[in-house]
Amino acid sequence: MTFPDKIVNGDIRSIAKGISIVESGGIKSDDLLNKLYNRNCSYIIGVTGPPGAGKSSLINLLIDEFKHHFRKIAILAVDPSSPFTGGALLGDRIRMQQHAMSESVFIRSMASRGHLGGISGATKDAIKIVSAAGYDLVIIETVGVGQSEIDIVKLSDTTILILVPGYGDEIQVMKSGIMEIGEVFVVNKSDKSGSEKLATTVKWLLKENYGNKSYLPPVILSSVTNNTGIKDIVKAVLNHKNYIEKNGIDRDKIKKRIKDDINILLKRKINEFIQHHLKYPENIEKWVNLVISKKSTPYEIIREIKDNMILDVKEDI
Amino acid sequence: MDKRIIKSEKEKWDKNTVDPFMQKTPERKNLKDSSGETIERLYTPLDQDDDYITKLNFPGQYPYTRGVYPTMYRGRYWTMRQYAGFGTAEESNERYRYLLTQGQTGLSVAFDLPTQIGYDSDDPISEGEVGKVGVAIDSLDDMEILFKNIPLDKVSTSMTINSTAAILLAMYIAVAEKQGVSHNKITGTIQNDILKEYIARGTYIFPPKPSMRLITNIFEFCSINIPRWNTISISGYHIREAGSSATQEVAFTIADGIAYCKAAINAGLDIDDFAGRLSFFFNSHNDLLEEVAKFRAARRMWAKIMKEEFKAKKPKSMKLRFHTQTAGSTLTAQQSDNNIIRVAIQTLAAILGGTQSLHTNSRDEALALPSEDSVRIALRTQQIVAFESGVSNTIDPLAGSYYIESLTDKIEKGAFEYLEKIEKMGGVVSAIEAGFIQKEIQNSAYKYQMEIEGNDKIIVGVNKFEMEEPPVKGLLKVDMSIQKKQCERLRKVKERRDNIKVDKILKKLEQEANGNINLMPTIIDAVKSYTTIGEISNTLRKVFGEYKENIVL
Amino acid sequence: MDRKIRVLVAKPGLDGHDRGAKFIARALRDAGMEVIYTGIRQSPESIVETAIQEDVDVIGLSLLSGAHNILFPKVVVLLKEKNAGDIIVMGGGVIPEEDISYLKEKGVQAVFTPGTKIGEIVDFINEKVEKRNK
Repeated sequence: MTFPDKIVNGDIRSIAKGISIVESGGIKSDDLLNKLYNRNCSYIIGVTGPPGAGKSSLINLLIDEFKHHFRKIAILAVDPSSPFTGGALLGDRIRMQQHAMSESVFIRSMASRGHLGGISGATKDAIKIVSAAGYDLVIIETVGVGQSEIDIVKLSDTTILILVPGYGDEIQVMKSGIMEIGEVFVVNKSDKSGSEKLATTVKWLLKENYGNKSYLPPVILSSVTNNTGIKDIVKAVLNHKNYIEKNGIDRDKIKKRIKDDINILLKRKINEFIQHHLKYPENIEKWVNLVISKKSTPYEIIREIKDNMILDVKEDI
Repeated sequence: MDKRIIKSEKEKWDKNTVDPFMQKTPERKNLKDSSGETIERLYTPLDQDDDYITKLNFPGQYPYTRGVYPTMYRGRYWTMRQYAGFGTAEESNERYRYLLTQGQTGLSVAFDLPTQIGYDSDDPISEGEVGKVGVAIDSLDDMEILFKNIPLDKVSTSMTINSTAAILLAMYIAVAEKQGVSHNKITGTIQNDILKEYIARGTYIFPPKPSMRLITNIFEFCSINIPRWNTISISGYHIREAGSSATQEVAFTIADGIAYCKAAINAGLDIDDFAGRLSFFFNSHNDLLEEVAKFRAARRMWAKIMKEEFKAKKPKSMKLRFHTQTAGSTLTAQQSDNNIIRVAIQTLAAILGGTQSLHTNSRDEALALPSEDSVRIALRTQQIVAFESGVSNTIDPLAGSYYIESLTDKIEKGAFEYLEKIEKMGGVVSAIEAGFIQKEIQNSAYKYQMEIEGNDKIIVGVNKFEMEEPPVKGLLKVDMSIQKKQCERLRKVKERRDNIKVDKILKKLEQEANGNINLMPTIIDAVKSYTTIGEISNTLRKVFGEYKENIVL
Repeated sequence: MDRKIRVLVAKPGLDGHDRGAKFIARALRDAGMEVIYTGIRQSPESIVETAIQEDVDVIGLSLLSGAHNILFPKVVVLLKEKNAGDIIVMGGGVIPEEDISYLKEKGVQAVFTPGTKIGEIVDFINEKVEKRNK
């Protein structure tokens, strides 16, 4: 059996190695992704929210509930890499370890590796790997800084934003623009004071924001300690799933993602071309010196390159 | 002496004597205490205020800074209580009787991890662990063997047991009864301190609320039935072992103590009913002077808190009595005989600090449980300090030292700051849930380790004065057949007992656990019927659930 | 090409003393590795399953309760059964010298006893992983 076949067959080791390959990038990764590309079958849920909101603990409880609606669940938990050492301490799976031995659950910790936006550069490719292996639900847990989590919205079919009371007042919530990020809102740690108030505020803000649109994100109170709200969250997600499938929004999302995939590959190819053909590494110093010595400007340099360029496209792209 | 004169004279000394001297012979750099704060070259009357009566007073008098008893070791030495236990009850019983003949004055029982965490020896999760870090106890049968030929009316026993404390206490009571020893003669301690398990030690079973319920059940039961029993040993030892500073050790221990008092009061007890039977357990670490100051600060703080916050009336309620253990984490695997000296210094610190009982570690404990020879030397260390060194001939001899008093004040201040922070978070349980206490400890631990890695902190034999050495011989080995033996014994116990009775009792226990009643009587009935620790614990697991670790990285 | 070394730091069995494991996890992170730490009370089975899902290069087992002669080899055996025998297993904790050769026989590639400098562990991992990847 070939390696891609093993992944499709659901061999855990191969799936795990596949994710490592796409994390490393390069030709091996492109080749693998190419072979597995059109096997996507997953529903993708993004879970975001500030640190300490209880994302991992909540996902841990959601898994059992989601098992009633999906065959196999994959969780990709992203944690930040140290900007100084490049290393990372990946601790999200601790709170989900009870599922480590479950046949239908696959958990993978990913480091952001310098990528901003809450996920890692390889997250979307890792999704493709687990998707090809038959995991019909993929949950992405982001690094969780709230505002910059826009990447997760592009990647996911439904984004859950988790908030907790006591994290700064409601004006902050409004200002930070995170209202645009979620499709299901959760106020976690509902056993703590201030949670009702926060939920009410968020509900009001959403009404203001979404007004008469056909979908209004629900606000759900949950508590891991008391095990409440879990079923409601799942219901809300399935509700949103229904909504986007009925309105073709899911197809739009898929189209956007394909567009992104093509764009990224295109950009990469063009970059490579530029690097290689314009001999960028050797020339950049020369160009900088020209500008510093006032002999040229960046704009003139580019014009000169353009005038002198003979493109032999077929050969190089 | 006018402080202004001392101040100006000191300034002269600094300028005219010290500075020129330093030009030729500079000082070592970075001399810091365990909290990372600078230690001054010199302490003088300038570092003192003269408030003897308020801040120090006399031994046996509030705030007990100088000691909890008026005569301290002049009347009675501290209890020499070596923690011991391994393998089966027979082997441990042998080690206890050996230690008693060698002059130990109290027993201290170490249980294996399955016993501590409520699993029987035949539970799959116990594999490899049975009898390793302590004695394996599955039922009353084992307990009876453990104390064979040991008169429980003459010996006080400390049991290091937390989540399953109620069960082991019940067994101890049952064994005493069989020996014909009445309830009001039994004396000893159970550690029973679940909060530090969540923080630093890890042998928890149930979540905080039901754990507190069990603890207060024990307080209540013993205050009525077992009056000489110390129902809790509020522990800082493990917090320090996890890497905290001295100030953090005091702060977090006392914070835990406050939480237990509040829980007991909420359960309807009066502070003076149980506070007199609370005891503490501290670490004795390398920096002798800092440790002495730490113990004194702890005593003064607890007295103040009991009097002012909890409005205790009885002096006994305000006295912080404590057991000490020398710091295990300072023992080295390299040149292990050096550990004897480390333990001697740590012993001195504990005695100069006024401990009520002491366990000294053995030289080989970075490698294994102590061999008979090693534990004998550890015991001799206490005996030599007691009988030959003279430090126990007067009370609190280091009092009045400018450095000691200044450091006592400093540690007290730092610890009160932590208590305030924890109070603002809503108490210790909230602070643990938020990961605050764990993070503080970890940061201290990380800093300490990096100092060793960077050779800023010297550990003799480890990062300086290293040498090649052959492996240590004569280490204690726990026989691999222990597990099999224990499982076989367990099987026989289950065969012999009245299993219908056991089922009934477990059902009763489950019912009562779901309600509010004190569980001790039923647990005692259960152990008397030879219900096992695993069976009792699993029943309680069903009702209370299990605690999930809050990992703070 | 961005291949990071991934390490699983695990505590098998019932021992709850995690000061060492946490320090190692943090220090390996500082050495540029991606470290997964799964907390205390992990069974050998779940450690192996986690190692496979996380595609780690190394498993570091920490144990202070004396159960290492049973639990460490168990991890090695389970890895082989699941075709993951190329994952490097190393251990640390309270392990007497005389047990080290037994553990090495059983497939534990290194045992780091108290007093080991973190640099030694980092070097070991870097070397072994490089060798294996060749």
